[in-house]
Amino acid sequence: MRDETSLNLPVSSKDGRGGIEKKLTGIPRKSQLALLVAPSVLWLIILLVLPLITMIGLSFQKSAFGPDSEVFTFASYLNFWQNSAYQSLLGKSLWISLVVAVLSIVLAYPVAYFLAFHAGDKQGMLLNIMIIPAWTSFLLRVLAWRLILGSNGLINTFLMWLGVIQEPISGLFYSVNAVIITLVYIWIPFAALPIYVALLRIEPGLLEAASDLGAKPWQGFFKVTLPLSIPGILAAFLYVFIPTVGEYVTPALVGGPNGLMIGNIIWDQFMRGLDWPMGATLSLVVMLIVLLPLVFMAKAAQQTGVLGGKGE
Amino acid sequence: MNKPQPSIFGSVYFVLMAIFLYLPIFILIVFSFNDSTVLAFPLKGFTLDWYRQLGNAHELLISARNSVWVGVLSSILAVLLGSLAAIAMTKRHMPGRNMFLSLASVPLVMPSIVLGVAMLVFFRKVLGLDLNMWLIAAAHVLISIPSTILIVMARLADFSYNLEEAAMDLGANYWMTLIKVTLPISFPALVAAFLTAFTTSFDEYAMTTLITGTDTTLPVYLYSLLRFPRRLPVAVAMGSIIMIASAILVVLAEWLRRWGTTRTPKEERV
Repeated sequence: MRDETSLNLPVSSKDGRGGIEKKLTGIPRKSQLALLVAPSVLWLIILLVLPLITMIGLSFQKSAFGPDSEVFTFASYLNFWQNSAYQSLLGKSLWISLVVAVLSIVLAYPVAYFLAFHAGDKQGMLLNIMIIPAWTSFLLRVLAWRLILGSNGLINTFLMWLGVIQEPISGLFYSVNAVIITLVYIWIPFAALPIYVALLRIEPGLLEAASDLGAKPWQGFFKVTLPLSIPGILAAFLYVFIPTVGEYVTPALVGGPNGLMIGNIIWDQFMRGLDWPMGATLSLVVMLIVLLPLVFMAKAAQQTGVLGGKGE
Repeated sequence: MNKPQPSIFGSVYFVLMAIFLYLPIFILIVFSFNDSTVLAFPLKGFTLDWYRQLGNAHELLISARNSVWVGVLSSILAVLLGSLAAIAMTKRHMPGRNMFLSLASVPLVMPSIVLGVAMLVFFRKVLGLDLNMWLIAAAHVLISIPSTILIVMARLADFSYNLEEAAMDLGANYWMTLIKVTLPISFPALVAAFLTAFTTSFDEYAMTTLITGTDTTLPVYLYSLLRFPRRLPVAVAMGSIIMIASAILVVLAEWLRRWGTTRTPKEERV
């Protein structure tokens, strides 16, 4: 890689090759390790840290372009504080994300449980069956839900053919419900994975001990299995909740005017050339709301290794 | 491990869930053979027209080619950067290790819209660049770095230390050990990480569309088609091909990830 040699992090200077490290020539010096990490760090700084800093700066500008861009102002934050439309949209987005996360976890838990405890040697294959839909085109799957929920869609056509209904059900498509159904569908495999991992880590002996001591199977589940799978549930929650808060593609495709989320407003601010500083402010608010609980929950998630934590 | 007891409820639930997960995909594939430009029920009849027209759908094919280009380039770079970092991360004495891991996890949890607009503003306003495919590829490298690091770290967690130590006992220096021992050990993980990164890049829309200039990737083009329903069936036909191809890729990636790994279940990290 290009100029990584010039990027020796400070650690290299104070790293003499003394002490124990002298015995084996191959033990990496800290400078060598820094060299390995440097390209990634560079990438993260240029494409993540600097853009985010730019966003912070932009959120305090009066306008994105022209002479007004030199003016420092809290106007966008004030606007957010005073404009209840932004706040209610944010509240709605958080509410939708919460519902989606809880539903995904509730629906995914039995699958994870089945895979971990009852699938036997078919585990790997069945796991793949769960995961494959998650890797096929996101847009096309959302499009498919238009075909299922729409007024000429599968559900309405089928119910009308049965004679259960005469008119297409109106609350099905272009609604918050459609957004929730589609997102739950998208997230179930992602919610199942961390729960499955957590369940696998439960010592079978614990359940045996519980049943030896007279616990019924359901007691064993609620007293042993469920509590021990909480790190997995938390990780699943984060995995679903966080990206959903900023979601804008699904609401745009199936949500209709009532199903819009905060991400759609951010999109409008930037792509319809409205108010970049306001868009930046809303982005940062969303980011803070998403990252703050993450900091608190990171420890729990780390235990399942999902966020690349310390390991054992 | 205990012999698993059969569970009727579990099996039934799993089958129902599988139907739920595959139904939309199945419906799309059905519509790719439907003899009507309108994507709606009832079905009209069987046709292969949409697949035949694929050859003439120039914009679609160009955007697909762009996506392959972006996917391959960004995945190679992500695997290169991520695996080097992962190798360093297996060393506990690495200073700033936890800080780096936290920073590297951020793209994983950052909402796409925030990441996208931040890059848009940075590229256009600060750097004054025209949006192009190189920038899209660079952005895709960023979002694939976390998964690459996780996959390679998981693979190295069991192996590297003892084998590396053996190599060092035999007098190899660090870079030598890296090339002769560590990289070959992690090869299956490197391939798996590449495939994971490629599928991520190939499907990325929410962030990519914000930093797309005149050249579009396949998802961005597909989305634009939603406004021109007449050409949508051709896109659905292409989508069906891609879905089946990516399903094969996923199975391959999973298989490689497990290949030679004894502690299979523990490696199920997202």
